[in-house]
Amino acid sequence: MNLDSKIPEGPLAEKWSSHKFNMKLVNPANRRKYHVIVVGSGLAGGAAAASLAEQGYKVSCFCYQDSPRRAHSIAAQGGINAAKNYQNDGDSVQRLFYDTVKGGDYRSREANVYRLAEVSADIIDQCVANGVPFAREYGGLLANRSFGGAQVSRTFYARGQTGQQLLLGAYAALSRQIGLGNVKMHNRHELLDVVKVEGHAKGIIVRNMVSGEVSRHAGDCVVLATGGYGNVFFLSTNAQGCNVTAAYRAHKRGAGFANPCYTQIHPTCIPVHGDKQSKLTLMSESLRNDGRVWTPMDAETAKQIREGRLDPNQLPEADRDYFLERKYPSFGNLAPRDISSRAAKEACDEGRGVAATGLGVFLDFRDAIKRDGQKAIEERYGNLFEMYRCITGDNPYETPMMIFPAVHYTMGGLWVDYNLESTIPGMFVGGEANFSDHGANRLGASALMQGLADGYFVLPYTVGNYLGEQGVAAAGKVTTDHPAFAEVEADVKARINKLLSINGTETPRSFHKRLGQIIWNQCGMARSKEGLEGAIRDLQELRKEFWSNLKVVGGADGINPELERAGRVADFIEFGELMCRDALMREESCGGHFRVEHQTEEGEALRDDENYAFVGVWEYLGDDVEPNLHKEPLIYENVKLATRSYK
Amino acid sequence: MEKTMNLTLKVWRQTSANAKGHFETYKVENISGDSSFLEMMDILSEQLVEAGKEPVAFDHDCREGICGMCSMTINGIPHGPEKATTTCQLHMRHFHDGQTITIEPFRAKPFPVLKDLMVDRSAFDRIIQSGGFITARAGSGVDANAIPIPKKTADYAMDAAACIGCGACVAACPNASAMLFTGAKVSHMNSLPQGKAEKHRRALAMVTTMDGEGFGGCTNIGECEAACPKSISLDMIAQLNRDYATAQVKNFFQPVS
Repeated sequence: MNLDSKIPEGPLAEKWSSHKFNMKLVNPANRRKYHVIVVGSGLAGGAAAASLAEQGYKVSCFCYQDSPRRAHSIAAQGGINAAKNYQNDGDSVQRLFYDTVKGGDYRSREANVYRLAEVSADIIDQCVANGVPFAREYGGLLANRSFGGAQVSRTFYARGQTGQQLLLGAYAALSRQIGLGNVKMHNRHELLDVVKVEGHAKGIIVRNMVSGEVSRHAGDCVVLATGGYGNVFFLSTNAQGCNVTAAYRAHKRGAGFANPCYTQIHPTCIPVHGDKQSKLTLMSESLRNDGRVWTPMDAETAKQIREGRLDPNQLPEADRDYFLERKYPSFGNLAPRDISSRAAKEACDEGRGVAATGLGVFLDFRDAIKRDGQKAIEERYGNLFEMYRCITGDNPYETPMMIFPAVHYTMGGLWVDYNLESTIPGMFVGGEANFSDHGANRLGASALMQGLADGYFVLPYTVGNYLGEQGVAAAGKVTTDHPAFAEVEADVKARINKLLSINGTETPRSFHKRLGQIIWNQCGMARSKEGLEGAIRDLQELRKEFWSNLKVVGGADGINPELERAGRVADFIEFGELMCRDALMREESCGGHFRVEHQTEEGEALRDDENYAFVGVWEYLGDDVEPNLHKEPLIYENVKLATRSYK
Repeated sequence: MEKTMNLTLKVWRQTSANAKGHFETYKVENISGDSSFLEMMDILSEQLVEAGKEPVAFDHDCREGICGMCSMTINGIPHGPEKATTTCQLHMRHFHDGQTITIEPFRAKPFPVLKDLMVDRSAFDRIIQSGGFITARAGSGVDANAIPIPKKTADYAMDAAACIGCGACVAACPNASAMLFTGAKVSHMNSLPQGKAEKHRRALAMVTTMDGEGFGGCTNIGECEAACPKSISLDMIAQLNRDYATAQVKNFFQPVS
């Protein structure tokens, strides 16, 4: 497996501009001869499809939702970072770059992160041009707020629905291109496999989720922007349909999978209420700007609160432990996500948790309301408070919110080089689906930034470069008549038939729940050698059971949500094993990956830069063969590796 | 312990777009008040699957009230009885033990039923494709602070842009009018300085597409606003009417596109 990261020569700040100059261009008149397949219509996919079409390429875009406007980018609440320094508080490209590398616990690639910080300012300009109604001050200029892991205010936002507004901006641009006939949109289609011709990605096999028809699509290259794999945990903040199938199918066809164990557990979610729950709901991290996180000092008081015998509002100041402020005085309630989540888990492990299950901590706005008035708080977080009230039945203006960590984002993903090209030539990967920018932990408000950076400002250049290198004579040469398409299509159909013909007794959802339990317990917030080894055995067992006792009602034709889930769960089970292997391999703690064997005396993550400053990239070798590990060393020329401290 | 409830569900079943549909009655038991409506539907589905029957097909995705994918008309009201709430955010604590709940798809001619409770809302996409955008190619934006936009204007645009495109407004309207949806998008973009250049073109194109898709006209009933999970205001329809009328007059003297 060739892991040449293709980082351009030259000083960090000049890499992207010199690379842009050195890349091949395609003459505008020739662009229409190329056909680009984009899978996914979120911020990365939607923006890439729109931008490539604007440049003149012929684009086909696929999404599993009923409209490209519904991709899960829409659910991001808090905001998007950009190094605009509109607040005159010391921000710069260099600082955003540094914060992101540090926030990622020094496990990301310097050159990619620098480029991300560099294009961040262009993203805001582009979004405003597209009509994104960002929050503004009375003077008419853009407002900012701060987010975890940063000491400057660089986050742009649109109430509590920044993701929706950014996605609607990209969707509008995409819709314009659909209307002009430059993009052919395929809604309600799910990617089931990738087709390679002479080693290059040249097409995909998809299933029409309405008719059930399996069809072939050929292109000159393929862009995957298919999101993250958080639903491997069953309960996560992801949408119900989010899945790993596209990325995992590409992996099985030769794309290296990087750092699958890097998952983000977000500290501020609404606690779990019961076993029939289908998803967890995130409360934006922006709430930590004004909310104070606490639990009672002792377990006995916590018990009284849990049992409803004590009103938390009545608890005197001295009996409250504002544990983030205590442990991390300089960042306080805005400590990064991995650190805040672990601190909450620790408090609950000590029996000081609240909520009926004991798995919850308070996020209290009492002091902020006293200081700024309820109206100001309403203005800032009104819709989030409303959402909380709607889900829990509690009024957070009167009683403190309860939160608990939940799986939210996955930093691992398909390995890509500086051009966002995977180890399969001609297959590009953008957004959460790739591994590139967040290292072992993502800072708040950086996912939207990365999705749009990839979609608007990176892929449109690097895809063009690839097409230019292939030459215009190659444009459109591969068609769906190529035998490779028939072969992969036959595989896909055989797999569907297999899923339908097991005739066992257990439903896909039940398998999914069992999978989630194994992963959450052994590959969640705290991981150990013993636990992971056990999990791998359990997952192998679960996989066997799945393929011998699965029950899928309905047939291959028409709408069949059970069949859809079965296919996704099958991939999640295999992928879960890969995750555990990666976590087992990484004998250190970094960011969201916490190995109990590797911690400081104070219980903080203990990195091992000497042995583990690399990207772990897995090569698939067969269903019952252990995957092969490859390493891309991470070389830091501009940032000095240090112990991450937010104290 | 928390209280649970037993419910009778009358659910619309329809095998495919062209098939004839009918109501089926099901019972679900021990439903927690903290479950969402869709979690209750999950329980029903698992129950059906375990009995070897096909589950009820329904659209859903984010389950946090923002993607606009979930639909369903519950006891005659799109997204159910709670104000400003999507089906996925409707919790069972708003129902009571022993209640019978009728669940139908969003009913409107431009939203054909695909299966059971799933409908095809792609007509909304086509309305946007005809004009619901601001033409600004990637990379062509000027500095974001170059054009100050008064807070009031930005807030108004945001109010309009909050629409999630779920289609409840259409399903609630006796005329199956899409004026609230189209009005929201037109108001969002036409009120911003960046959107002014295409203001008239946008209003004309979107209304033409809307009519072509078979949506009915607005007769000021107001059911759309009442059903809207994001509380989009009827003012958006007023703005659409204004912008459309102006555009028509201008277009009469000199074509705007």
